[in-house]
Amino acid sequence: MPDTQPNLAKPATASAPTTTTSSPASEHVTLRVKDFNAWYGAYQALHNITLNIPSQRVTSLIGPSGCGKSTFLRWINRMNDLVANARAQGVMQLDKDDVLDRAFDVVELRRRVGMVFQKPNPFPKSIYENIAFGPRLHKHFHRSDLDALVEQSLRAAAIWDEVKDRLHNSALGLSGGQQQRLCIARAIAVGPEVLLMDEPCSALDPRSTASVEALIRELRQTFTIVVVTHNMQQAARVSDLTAFFFEGKLIEAGPTDGMFTNPKNKQTEDYVTGRFG
Amino acid sequence: MRAISIRTRRILKNRAFLALCLFSTSATILILALLIASIMVQGSHFLFNSDALSAVFAHGELSQLTKIIRWEFLTNFASRFPEKAGIYAAVIGSLWVCAICALLALPLGIGTAIYLEEFAPKNRWTALVDFNIRNLAGVPSIVYGILGLTAFTRMFGLFGTDKNSALSFGPDNAWWHIQLPFGQGLLAGGLTLMLVVLPIVIISSREALRAVPSSLRQASLAIGATPWQTASKITLPAAIPSILTGAILAMSRAMGEAAPLLVLGIPVFIANTPDNLNDNFTVLPFQIFNWAGRPQESFHQLAASAIVVLLIALICFNGVAVYLRQKLRNPLA
Repeated sequence: MPDTQPNLAKPATASAPTTTTSSPASEHVTLRVKDFNAWYGAYQALHNITLNIPSQRVTSLIGPSGCGKSTFLRWINRMNDLVANARAQGVMQLDKDDVLDRAFDVVELRRRVGMVFQKPNPFPKSIYENIAFGPRLHKHFHRSDLDALVEQSLRAAAIWDEVKDRLHNSALGLSGGQQQRLCIARAIAVGPEVLLMDEPCSALDPRSTASVEALIRELRQTFTIVVVTHNMQQAARVSDLTAFFFEGKLIEAGPTDGMFTNPKNKQTEDYVTGRFG
Repeated sequence: MRAISIRTRRILKNRAFLALCLFSTSATILILALLIASIMVQGSHFLFNSDALSAVFAHGELSQLTKIIRWEFLTNFASRFPEKAGIYAAVIGSLWVCAICALLALPLGIGTAIYLEEFAPKNRWTALVDFNIRNLAGVPSIVYGILGLTAFTRMFGLFGTDKNSALSFGPDNAWWHIQLPFGQGLLAGGLTLMLVVLPIVIISSREALRAVPSSLRQASLAIGATPWQTASKITLPAAIPSILTGAILAMSRAMGEAAPLLVLGIPVFIANTPDNLNDNFTVLPFQIFNWAGRPQESFHQLAASAIVVLLIALICFNGVAVYLRQKLRNPLA
């Protein structure tokens, strides 16, 4: 990571995050973020983010477009490595490992931190091959083990019953909602600890959205989930914790119930009540 | 009153534009039809047996059907007697040269495209490489002939002359016998044509790779695939149909080139097929060029006949390209 602070980097301003204790001491924290800053070239996209993401909970990141929530998400599995001028500074720890450490194997990181994208993006292969692709990258499987893993992943993503009779048909023949659940199954298949979801329902119709949301609530028992969403009802429905981002700063984070009924910050209140954004 | 006149004018403009487009299209088709008709008329004398033609069509003797085509035109070597001349050496030479060209140009070109599109950092250096490849694609093929002449035919004079070569590999009678420099042999021809088509292969392959949605690359990288696994298992398979189409079109370009080989100085008259990679050869376009340059009318007819054969081969190539594009467009549909 860059070791020089750019000139444009502003010190933490007066609107420091009014972070409520997002994770009680009893809860295990999977992802620990402290004083995290991120830049695209000279533009600073994130300012001094400090946030703990607890295990086996759904954390939703909300905020208006351009507030930096997707940038934050894409640093967790270092997808921002693909952006030529993106860089970051600060602490981002996945369990004991430093995510931002250049020496930390990004392939291993992405096996442990799965990602689901805004638009369903199944490979132009069969349903079976879509799921088997990930596991086969990481180790050699016997056919029967792979079959079992594919079934298990598809069951976990609540799509097994819909596709079990056509595993070897093209994944492109599935509906949008089915494709998105297939993508979730594909992410699950490599055995991640964390699932990142970047507006997973914004390209889906209401019925598919409902099925994916139900799945997210279900998966919480096994995975630590971070969801970026524009839809505040969705954040209220699926998440245990909510973090509100505004203009690259974390304004407020805490239990979802409290955020929507009793926000501590004026900006959060304006946003969740729909006064702007 | 005014509203009507605007409306009428609009309709008239629309009709005028439609007429203009129709005229352009029909002019193009007319030119093509004229070209094919004139070549067929000129070339028919040596392509078809007039006796067999009249036997089949006038008298209905279907037994003569296979004799309609003058097969000896395809199986004879060139000759100074037009009635005995054929294009056998040229067809075999074209196949050899195109095979060599494809074997060299496709791996190199597709490999370059994969590197530039999937791995290369986007900086000033790769922008310069990109700019140069695009320029090379526009260089007239005869210029590549000059390069081929110095680099492959003579090898800058480093290994003596092709009559008195300094280095050779393999027994003299093996087909893979190679000597340096390549002289006017198959390798020199294939390599020179490789120079001509390489930029085309690179550009078409890059466009094919670029057409693969980046969401697929991201999906693959996000489950922990390395850039190489992503390129080989996701991007390349998705781009293969378009890459193949581009490759076939590039090969049909190579098959139609005479100018660069003319510069190499390949022999005008060939009465044998190549025995090894250094042997002399001729190709269809070059044979056509030679015949068309003779003063006698019969040789012009021979040239037209060879053009018909070349055109049929190129149409087959392009047909395969179109078929592949249609067939492979949806990999699993």
